[in-house]
Amino acid sequence: MEIPKSFLGFKRENNRAGTRNHVIILPVDDISNACAEAVANNIKGTIALPHSYGRLQFGADLELHFRTIIGTGKNPNVAAVIVIGIEPKWTKRIVDAIAKTGKPVEGFSIEGVGDIDTIAKVSKKAQELSMWASEKQREECPMSDLWISVKCGESDTTSGLASNPTVGNLMDKLEPLGVHLCFGETSELTGAEQVCSKRGKTPEAQKKFLKTWNDYNDFILKEATDDLSESQPTAGNIAGGLTTIEEKAFGNFQKIGSRQFIDVLEPAEEPTKGKGLYFMDTSSAAAECVTLQAAGGFNIHLFPTGQGNIIGNPIEPVIKLTANPLTVKTMSEHIDVDVSKILSRQMNLDQAGDELIKATIKVANGRLTCAEALGHREFVMTKLYRSA
Amino acid sequence: MASTDIIIHDEKDNVGVVVIEKITQNQDCNCWIMENDKSVKIQSKNEIPLGHKIAMIDLNEGDTILKYGHDIGKVVKSIKKGEHVHVHNVKTKKW
Repeated sequence: MEIPKSFLGFKRENNRAGTRNHVIILPVDDISNACAEAVANNIKGTIALPHSYGRLQFGADLELHFRTIIGTGKNPNVAAVIVIGIEPKWTKRIVDAIAKTGKPVEGFSIEGVGDIDTIAKVSKKAQELSMWASEKQREECPMSDLWISVKCGESDTTSGLASNPTVGNLMDKLEPLGVHLCFGETSELTGAEQVCSKRGKTPEAQKKFLKTWNDYNDFILKEATDDLSESQPTAGNIAGGLTTIEEKAFGNFQKIGSRQFIDVLEPAEEPTKGKGLYFMDTSSAAAECVTLQAAGGFNIHLFPTGQGNIIGNPIEPVIKLTANPLTVKTMSEHIDVDVSKILSRQMNLDQAGDELIKATIKVANGRLTCAEALGHREFVMTKLYRSA
Repeated sequence: MASTDIIIHDEKDNVGVVVIEKITQNQDCNCWIMENDKSVKIQSKNEIPLGHKIAMIDLNEGDTILKYGHDIGKVVKSIKKGEHVHVHNVKTKKW
């Protein structure tokens, strides 16, 4: 198949391109969720992104919170942003950082005003931004405007046999076109960590990966009360035939094909070393991982599943593929791409990779994913430790 | 091409993965090795569902399970060729 050279995206002020055109109402903290959701109810064409944190966090955990919220606002799938916080200071910090992209962003704080007047004020601004964004048209964008993140979930052995290698095949075919790529799931490379580290393009990248993995593993060993069975691998993984974390890790690792990674990113960090593959330090929980990758600036997500993970994200479309014929049959409304014919050898990886590329471009052009059509908007902050 | 019941990732692997809805006890199964495109046969000793593993050789307690050509855990209860390999007889070496 000849790989398409372009897709239809929304060009942004900072020369990135979006596959979506969202106007988001972004709460700084948990107690501003009610306001944000009321505004999104009032004004069509906006979405609220409620979450659970943002108060009394400190140190690296607070920095990660800011990075996640700011990165979400900066994502090119977002046309315009309204930030609502209880206090003006942290609200302004977020507004100022998002404003650097050049997109419209306004901040509001609730203290001294109350919910009802804030909702009225914000709704007026949100209406203006929603109607402004609705005029944006899709334009032809080079494939290099795609920033593709990947993460698998409710994996089983069919993931490692077929759906993850299909993603790897897509990476091998699209990386030469200058796309940005990102994989994560630090703990889920356990057992394959040495093999994975050797995929670092430079000795620095290899060393940084091993340090990141070791830190995560030390944290798990410190907190673990058992062998993590039913957590990692999950009960679903085990039902699907995965026995150990090592087996899951080698399956997971198939997603990067034969690529090498340029650098290791902090959670929610935006890559700055140019096109190519990056590793991001993330949890392996689906919604946490995709939220961090979206905050890193990735604008389309590929999600292989075995037993049928149903996750979506409010701003980054999540494309699901599976090679498990039972999952295709029982959970068809969640599956965008069926590659189960690989198992019966009626389809090879090259053909499956092509099918996935076609589906990716359709979604980049605007086709809704199953998760979008079903209303999956999981926006989940990664919390590093307790608040003060 | 005969239908494939079991896929083996790598020639070094001592387990294969069932890729049909299930294999029944004493079924003569066709196995395909992805790495070198070779075919082998094995008779199952248990019923094994889709996605679950079958032992390609006899394995003793303490042996290493190889899949993708790599170490994916240790045998904690001896396994005969053709038997179901899973959490009841294999554990992680990591956590």
